[in-house]
Amino acid sequence: MNEGRREIVQVVVALVGLIFLVRLFFIQVADNRYAELADGNAIMRQVEYPFRGLIYDRNNKLIVYNTPEFDIQVVMKEVKKFDSARFCTVVGLSRQELRAKFREMKARKEYSPYKPTLFLNQLSNIDFARIQDHLDEFPGFYVQARTTRAYQSPTLANALGYVSEISKENLARDASGIYKQGDYVGQSGIEAFYEEFLRGKRGVRFKLRNVKGIEKGSFKNGEYDTLSVPGANLYTGIDLDLQQYGEFLMKGKAGSIVAIEPASGEILSLVSGPSYDPSLLTGRYYSSNFKLISSDSLKPLFNRPLMAQYRPGSIFKIAQAMTALQEKVLTPDTRIRCDRSVINCHGAHSNEDLRGAIANSCNPYFHNVLRRMLNKGIVNDPFADTRIGLEEWNKHITSFGFGKRLGIDLPNEKDGLIPTPAYYDRAYRNRPWKFSNIYSIAIGEGENLVVPIQMANFAATIANRGYYYTPHLVKAIGENGQPLPHYTQRHYTTIDSSYFIVAVDAMQKVVEEGTGQYRAKLAGVIVCGKTGTVQNAPPLFDHSVFIAFAPRDNPKIAISVYVEDAGQGARAAASIASLMIEKYLFGATKRPHIEQYVLNNKFE
Amino acid sequence: MSREADISGKLDWISVLLYLLMVALGWFNIFAAVYDETANQSIFDLGLNSGRQLMFIAASVFIILAIVIIDMRFYETFAYIFYAVILFVLMLIPLIGKEVGGNKSWIGIGSFGVQPSEFAKFITALAISKFIGSVGFKMDSLRNQAILFVLMLVPMGLIILQKDFGTALVFLSFLLVFYREGMSPFILIVGIAMAALAILTLIVENQLYLHGLIGGVLVLLIIFGKRTVKRIVTLTFGALLLIGTIESFDYVINNLLPERHKKRLEALVNPNFDPMGINWNVTQSKIAIGSGGFSGKGFLKGTQTKFDFVPEQSTDFIFCTIGEEHGWLGSLVIVVLFIFFMQRIIFIAERQKNRFARAYGYSVASIFFFHFAINIGMTIGLFPVIGIPLPFFSYGGSALWSFTTLLFILLKLDSHRSQVLQRI
Repeated sequence: MNEGRREIVQVVVALVGLIFLVRLFFIQVADNRYAELADGNAIMRQVEYPFRGLIYDRNNKLIVYNTPEFDIQVVMKEVKKFDSARFCTVVGLSRQELRAKFREMKARKEYSPYKPTLFLNQLSNIDFARIQDHLDEFPGFYVQARTTRAYQSPTLANALGYVSEISKENLARDASGIYKQGDYVGQSGIEAFYEEFLRGKRGVRFKLRNVKGIEKGSFKNGEYDTLSVPGANLYTGIDLDLQQYGEFLMKGKAGSIVAIEPASGEILSLVSGPSYDPSLLTGRYYSSNFKLISSDSLKPLFNRPLMAQYRPGSIFKIAQAMTALQEKVLTPDTRIRCDRSVINCHGAHSNEDLRGAIANSCNPYFHNVLRRMLNKGIVNDPFADTRIGLEEWNKHITSFGFGKRLGIDLPNEKDGLIPTPAYYDRAYRNRPWKFSNIYSIAIGEGENLVVPIQMANFAATIANRGYYYTPHLVKAIGENGQPLPHYTQRHYTTIDSSYFIVAVDAMQKVVEEGTGQYRAKLAGVIVCGKTGTVQNAPPLFDHSVFIAFAPRDNPKIAISVYVEDAGQGARAAASIASLMIEKYLFGATKRPHIEQYVLNNKFE
Repeated sequence: MSREADISGKLDWISVLLYLLMVALGWFNIFAAVYDETANQSIFDLGLNSGRQLMFIAASVFIILAIVIIDMRFYETFAYIFYAVILFVLMLIPLIGKEVGGNKSWIGIGSFGVQPSEFAKFITALAISKFIGSVGFKMDSLRNQAILFVLMLVPMGLIILQKDFGTALVFLSFLLVFYREGMSPFILIVGIAMAALAILTLIVENQLYLHGLIGGVLVLLIIFGKRTVKRIVTLTFGALLLIGTIESFDYVINNLLPERHKKRLEALVNPNFDPMGINWNVTQSKIAIGSGGFSGKGFLKGTQTKFDFVPEQSTDFIFCTIGEEHGWLGSLVIVVLFIFFMQRIIFIAERQKNRFARAYGYSVASIFFFHFAINIGMTIGLFPVIGIPLPFFSYGGSALWSFTTLLFILLKLDSHRSQVLQRI
């Protein structure tokens, strides 16, 4: 009774398949309407790039903002034959360039004639205005608007960093899936460090178009659209006027100025010389300018305040003094004869106490101090005794933030170096060493390396009488925001705060009657400072160093200045530091002769 | 020689090969559906559907192993118990299920969801086959027919309660099994005719045309057939039944349904209704497939099928990607693959030596056929939009596992066909 039913089922199955194939043939091959609809790309996906967060200074002055720029994209399938001579005049390309552009575009791996492909990128407002009026003559070409960085003044380049298109390698490494090809990303400085706050969120808009490519409103009333979310604004502790003044003073010099507000750790200015104009690294000419800047022999991209590791010179004597007082191998009244047989000195003095020794930067005094500290006679063997002493010494010195990166909110900070016994073992290849081999660290020479931001932090630590906040640029993420949480923690040194009064007294004395009296003294405020002159290989001049804070009580600013190849610390560095303090505390400088002296760049 | 090797040697290798081919093609195609050329993606990325599908495929291997290892008698013996369990689970779902895309048919296990209704398919197939295969079963007994319909309709009803109409409709494919096992074609034809007329009622403005059509067919049948009284009465009765269906359906639509539901229903059955609104998916789908042309745009080169906002892009509308990227030739390959696959299953079903296995074989063929016909028909605008997956091509773990189980139980039974007593 069921004869033939199998065959009926089989025929039905095959028949349905056949119907599908016929129907598919009509839709796909016989009927061009669908292909045209698809070519018209009935739905267009438009990316809305978010506004990157703005960057302000401590007085709410705008430092970095966004300016519109325009990319021109082309969908090759939609391009009709056009007058190429006219097109060339409109977009401002030569015929050869145009041909090369198309060739280059089609050679790209991701190229598809159905998809918008980047044709010209980063047109400025002016270029775009010229092209826009004529774009409708050339179907298939579209505009994608986005923004690029712009700067109120050519300042703070190295701290701000720059923004550019994400590289292929970084895109491949990005596991979060946040970035897409062609996205901008912070590449250095604040732009890189605060990227996750600054970038915001991309939005997407779907638009309907008819076969002629004319927009017919949003798709499903924008149900699938997402609005772009602008990035958070950053409020920095930078004083823009002070920063610009610092860069003005550093003209023609190599070195750095770092100024910090001791009570908060906020960085007031961060000058790296030589620098560059940050607006060079934006827009259409980014890559050619980047090549130029990065191959410059003066290394303007080298962020000296964070990356230059220098021997600190005599400013280090204050750290030595604090360490010795804490270890009780010295009292503030200990007098030591200026014996110039082992180590040379300068100036006329013979038998100073601690404050006087700092004020006159007496080398033999601190040579003696370090010997007392490293060779306390805990064991009889002088080699082992030095090892024990150096261990202790290192612990105190590093508690000032030396020898290890501070953790400022910028990438690429360097550690510096404070030697440990293990370090000398390596340096001497495990042959024995003792105090007489390593005494040059007593006066901040030898193996010590310190970066300028650590010097400024050191000045702030003395200004605070024994603690510091990690220096940072951004004091608020978003309006009324907070800094990153670890910037509100105090770091104490291992030195009793009662000893710091000696350092403060001595530094006051430096400025009032010691090495700093000629150029660092200011009327109306007590400045505390310390000079440093770091040996350099002749015929080059020594490096000029100065750290300072002011006023003595309730200090508002702590500063370090390092000028390469500029001779004594009392000259270039002390002058610049005092001008900066004057500018910050009083709003203007009243010592044109000192300013002129700095700008002349003749310090010897 | 180990027992396992013995068994796998007897698996129908043509079916296994077709299965593997379709699963692999499906996997590549799912990647194409989610591929975004600007995002630098890997087909293995677990954040993508393609990466997850690979996991589902890997899990299928274990399912296959388990099916092959388990004794063949297990499936027939426990068929009713499975059936009772799945009915229980389906009843629980309205209480513990989570809602996905308007259906409340999912049970969450950790971050993964499982759709029990998918598993109800092969379990119902086993239960129905067991009943058909039971001693003393006769299709012409009204009682037996009634029991078969109950077995089919109860899970279907429970799934309708979950608002998953697509999956529920799949159970109608058992009608084909009943037909093969001896049910009168009259039921099948009248059923199909009633459904077709209900749809026509919505499409055709004036029902008088439909009545005229039925009347015309009736007159022709009477004139050109044997003019016995019994036949004329039966035919007239059938025609009146159809006319009654049209009228009552029309009455329900126009007088009982609220306007917004009416629109929904109209859109559901008429692919050309409101192409920019409710039927947007179908419009987009046709544009995508149509734009593929003769040979397609090439793998990963599609433009129409890559918009994130068609939610069923890698599930129900997966065929669009094939049509767009591989054109008519690619569609031909897939359609022919399916036809060949289903013919092979019918062939396997027919060579079984007992009624249970044969009925089960037809259940498998019918379920695949139903999915194939509805899914592809929907993407090219021949059928209303009913959300059911295309076997082995649509993204999703539950569906893949369900189809795999369905197929491999048959292959397992087939590998032992010489061991069963002839009971037909």
